[in-house]
Amino acid sequence: MSLALDLALCALILGAALATVAGGAVFRAVIFFITYGLFLAIGWARLGAFDVALAEAAIGAGLTGVLLLAAHGRLRRMQAGDAPPPAGLNLPAALAGAGMALALGWAWFALPVPATPDIAQALPRSGVGNPVTAVLLNFRAWDTLLESIVLLAALLGVWMLARNDDWNAPLGPRYHALSGGVLVNFGRFLPPIGLCFGVYLVWAGADYIGGAFQGGTVLAAVGLVALMANVVRPPRVSYALLRVAVVVGPAVFLLAGLLAAGFGGAFLTLPPALAKPVILVIEAALTISIAVTLALLVIGPPDDAGRSS
Amino acid sequence: MMADVATYVLTALGLVFFVAGTVGLLRFPDTFSRLHALTKADNLGLGFIALGVAFQADTWAQLAMLALIWALALLAAGTVAQLVARAALAQVQEGE
Amino acid sequence: MTVWLHIVALGLLASLGGALWRVWCGPSQADRMMAAQLVGTGGVGVLIVLAALQDWGLLVVALALALLAALAAVGFIKAQTPDGAGDPEETAPPAGWQNRHATGQADKRA
Repeated sequence: MSLALDLALCALILGAALATVAGGAVFRAVIFFITYGLFLAIGWARLGAFDVALAEAAIGAGLTGVLLLAAHGRLRRMQAGDAPPPAGLNLPAALAGAGMALALGWAWFALPVPATPDIAQALPRSGVGNPVTAVLLNFRAWDTLLESIVLLAALLGVWMLARNDDWNAPLGPRYHALSGGVLVNFGRFLPPIGLCFGVYLVWAGADYIGGAFQGGTVLAAVGLVALMANVVRPPRVSYALLRVAVVVGPAVFLLAGLLAAGFGGAFLTLPPALAKPVILVIEAALTISIAVTLALLVIGPPDDAGRSS
Repeated sequence: MMADVATYVLTALGLVFFVAGTVGLLRFPDTFSRLHALTKADNLGLGFIALGVAFQADTWAQLAMLALIWALALLAAGTVAQLVARAALAQVQEGE
Repeated sequence: MTVWLHIVALGLLASLGGALWRVWCGPSQADRMMAAQLVGTGGVGVLIVLAALQDWGLLVVALALALLAALAAVGFIKAQTPDGAGDPEETAPPAGWQNRHATGQADKRA
């Protein structure tokens, strides 16, 4: 019975993935990609990877969907929406994609299984009870630190796309909505719930499902709803608090690592006695940065085109 | 024992509503009737499934979570149905 | 009970497969978006059932999915407006919209 469930889930994931790349209709592909993210989240849940399922639900089905739909809307306004890609481009792309899939499949079977250290044994020394959080913020903190910096770099890259005249305009397009309408009320009602849930995820992430990344993504998503409903105005790039929010995560993380090195350990090695409070501080700072960065990545650079025309 | 029976009955009902929603989505003639079939049947289905599963829950926290999940799904569905219908209406206008 | 919950989850997945068919066929973009919405609601249902089957912690994932269920659709209706940043409720519905698509409703009122 449980095998039938897994097979059905596999069929849906593969079906949604195939439907995404098949055919030339852009909008259809975007919607299939959103459903693909939803099925993938269920798949991760089925595999017992709850933290990954949480991140996939928030990013794959939520944020990426908004990003792609906005991109499709922009293409349509530029009269480039559903124009089929130039002939001859599809085949090389398909071959490259299939080649990559084959190479990954080969690597999965051919490479030896690495001898993984027993996490359960090391867990008490990490300061937290959730093995995923222990790996992300203690055992492999280096990776997480670099990832948070990559996110920051991506945001700077997006901001560079702004036109010179728009640079100090509020970020993103000029959202507007009918005051008192359904969208505005939704934008007022949902964010407080999301705020509580996001903070809960960060707090519970130390010992249970959740963590800075999952909590930050939920916060980014509800923040995005508030922005799109025009309940909250997007800030300007020059706004000092915004700049602090974007760098506080990586900065606190780096500082903690350097302090650990200064007090006799190596870079980013947390002493077991202090691990829990330090991890909570890092997670809180990271959450702020991740939430703000992800939301701003989705709304994009300042775009004043709507107002000036 | 009674709890198990309640779970069987309620989740079966929920499943029926979900299937009805999908059949409506596939069979109804135009966009607006499809919208209408979908949001109602779906959320009733989710409510019954949540209620059925609630009979298997161990703690009050789980019951509260189930209730919150359903409430949020209702809120989202109501908002989305209204907004997507308005967007579709604008498109109909554009097309003529 | 375990077998039954598996059957319910399977039934939900099957009905989501039906929704995928509507995503493929369309014809309008609103149809496709609403079918994705059905997949979202159904996904919450599947996760609730899996929570009873596997681990109650999955309710947290279901809650996240329910909380963000409307996000993609809000992005969709934003992108549908003329400047990509508006609200479909800002423009008045076209004249005669009430009986254009819901003839049954119009008859009742007459």
